[in-house]
Amino acid sequence: MMRYVLGRLGGVVLILLAVCLFTYLIFFKLSPDPAVMICGKTCTPERIDSIRDVLGLNQPLLTQFWDFLSGIFVGRDYGSVHCSAPCLGYSFQTNESVWSMITARLPVSITVAVGAAVLWLLVGVIGGLVSAVKQGTWWDRSAMGLALGGVSVPNYVLALLLQYVLVVKLQLLPFPSAVPFADNPLLWFESYLMPWVVLAVGYACLYARLTRSNVIDTLAENYYRTARAKGLNGALIMRRHALRPALTPITTIFGMDFAGLLGGALITETVFGLNGIGKMAADSIAKNDQPVIMAVTLLAAFFVVIGNVVVDLLYTALDPRVRVVSS
Amino acid sequence: MTASPTLVEVEEAVPSSAPPTSGRRILTTVTRDKGALACLVFLAIVVLMAVAAPLITKLSGWGPYQFDSAAINSDLGGVPHGSLGGISGSHWFGVEPQNGRDLFARIVYGARVSITISLSATLLTGILGVVLGMLAGFYRGWIDQVISRLMDFLMAFPALIFMIAILSSLPSGNRPVLLVVVISAFGWPYLARVIRGQTMTLANREFVEAARASGAKDSQVVFREILPNLRGSIVVMTTLAIPGYIGTEAGLSFLGVGVSPPTASWGQMISSSVSWYSVDPMFFAIPGLFLFLTVLSLTVLGDKIRTLIDQGEAA
Repeated sequence: MMRYVLGRLGGVVLILLAVCLFTYLIFFKLSPDPAVMICGKTCTPERIDSIRDVLGLNQPLLTQFWDFLSGIFVGRDYGSVHCSAPCLGYSFQTNESVWSMITARLPVSITVAVGAAVLWLLVGVIGGLVSAVKQGTWWDRSAMGLALGGVSVPNYVLALLLQYVLVVKLQLLPFPSAVPFADNPLLWFESYLMPWVVLAVGYACLYARLTRSNVIDTLAENYYRTARAKGLNGALIMRRHALRPALTPITTIFGMDFAGLLGGALITETVFGLNGIGKMAADSIAKNDQPVIMAVTLLAAFFVVIGNVVVDLLYTALDPRVRVVSS
Repeated sequence: MTASPTLVEVEEAVPSSAPPTSGRRILTTVTRDKGALACLVFLAIVVLMAVAAPLITKLSGWGPYQFDSAAINSDLGGVPHGSLGGISGSHWFGVEPQNGRDLFARIVYGARVSITISLSATLLTGILGVVLGMLAGFYRGWIDQVISRLMDFLMAFPALIFMIAILSSLPSGNRPVLLVVVISAFGWPYLARVIRGQTMTLANREFVEAARASGAKDSQVVFREILPNLRGSIVVMTTLAIPGYIGTEAGLSFLGVGVSPPTASWGQMISSSVSWYSVDPMFFAIPGLFLFLTVLSLTVLGDKIRTLIDQGEAA
C-alpha cells in the first residue's frame, strides 16, 4: 500500500511538471511579448530590452523555466521587486504578486464552491434516492425529466434568466455581490444563493440520475435480496446494503467534480461579477496578463491531480471489492 | 508504478455475444416514443436551418449582417421598437438592440456554426479516441504506457481555463478550425479510456484467439473482430458527446474567445445580450432557448439510444 501511495505521488509530481512546462511553452511561444505590453506605446527598443532583462526573458528558455519553478519554493526577485516564497509569478499589470492575488480571492471562490457542492449533493443524492425507491411513479418520471432538462441548460443562460426574474422583475433577491458573512449573514446568503443554484443545477441533476441508477442496480443484487430474506430491518438494509455500495461511486465522482470546480466556477463567477479566482482568470485572459493565467492553470491542474489521488485512495477504503493488486 | 487498483468486477462490462442493436430498430423505437420524436423533429429543424441558411433568410427578408435602424429606438439607446424585443411581421424573432440586426437570421446562421463545429469536433474526437484507445488496448506495453500517460496528462488539465487561454492568445486565424482542434484535443481521452478498456478485455476473448489461430493478421483482428464489438460504445459515447460540444462552443463564444464577430453564434448572441437583459429580455431568451432545446434534444436522444443498446446487449 505504501509503495502504491508513493508511486502515485511520484506520478502526481511528474504530471504537474509536465503541465507546468507545457503551459509555459504555449504561453511564451504564442502570446505577445510581455515586455512590450508592460512598456506601453511610448517605448524604445532599449527600454524593452531592459524590461526583458528584469523579467529574465533574455535567458534561455530552460533557465527561465527553472527560475519559475524555484520561485515557487524560495521566491525570486524581478529587479527591485521581490516576490516572496510561494512565488507563482508577479503581475506587472496590477503590481501584485500572483500568490497574494489568489489568496485575496480565495474566500469568495471557496464560498461559491462549497455552497454549491452542499446544495448539489443534498438535492442530487436525495432526489435520486427517492426516485429509485419510487421507481416508475409520477414522482420518478417527473424528477428524471427535470434532471434531463437541468443537465442541458447552459449555466450562463440560467444565470441570466434567474437574475431577470428574481432580481429585476420580482425583486426578491439583491444583485449578487461578495458580501462577507460577518457583515450581514442574511444578505450574504441572499447574494450567494443564485450563484450556488446556478453552479449546482447541472451537477445536482447528474448526481440524481447517477444515484437513481446505482441504487436500482444494488436493489437487484443478490446480497440485498439475501439481507431481506433474512428478515433484517428495512432501514438497516437500506443503509448498509443498498446505500453504501450505491453511494461509493458518487463519493469518487464528487471528489473529481469538486476538485475541478476552480475551472467550473469560471462562468458562474464571471456572469455574476463575483470576484473569485474564476473571474480573475477570465479577466487576466482578457488583459493577457500571462503570469496570472499561468498560475491559475497550474493551481487548477494541481487540484485536479490531487483530487484524483485522494479519490483513488478513498475508493480503496470505501469499496472492499477494489483491491490493490501488486504485479 | 508497479501496482494499480483494479476493479475486480470489470469482466461484467464486456459486451455479450447477442447481436448488436441495429440502426433500424433504434429508429423505429425512437419514432414510437412521443418525447423522443419531438426531439428528433426539433433537431431536424435545426439541421435544416443550418443547411439551408441562405435560402431561409432570403424568404424571411433579412440577412444576418443587415442593420435595420428603423426597428430600433435610437432615442432610448437603441432598444427595439415595440414589445417583446421588436417581434413583428418582418422581424420574426425581433431585432438586436443598438444595431437592429434580425434575430431570426442570426439564429439560423448561428445554427450553422453550432452544428458544424460540434459535428466536426465529434468526428475528430471519435477518430482520435477510437484509434488511440484501440492502439493502447491492443498492443499494450510501451505504446499503452505512452498513450495512457498522455491521457492522464490531458485529463489533468483544467480544460476550460486552458481552452480559453489558448484561444485568446492564438492569432485570430480560422476561428472555427481552431475551436474544433482545441475542443477535440481535450475531448478524445474520455472516449479513448473506454475504448482502451474494452479492447483489452475483447483481445482476450475466445473469438479473437480463434481468429489468431486461423492465421489472421493484426489488422484483420482489429478491424474484423474487435472494432465491430466496440460499435455500441462508440455510438453511445459520441451521441452523448455532441450536446457537450455544442455547449462548449457556445460557452467559449459566450466568453468571447469563440467564433469572432460579426459571424453569428448562439453563445456570442447570449454574451452580447448580457448588458441588455433587463431592458430587452427577448435578446437572451431566444438564443438561450434554442441552445437549451438543442442540447436537451440531443441529450434525450443520446440517453434513449444508450438504453436501447444496453438492452440489446443484455438480451
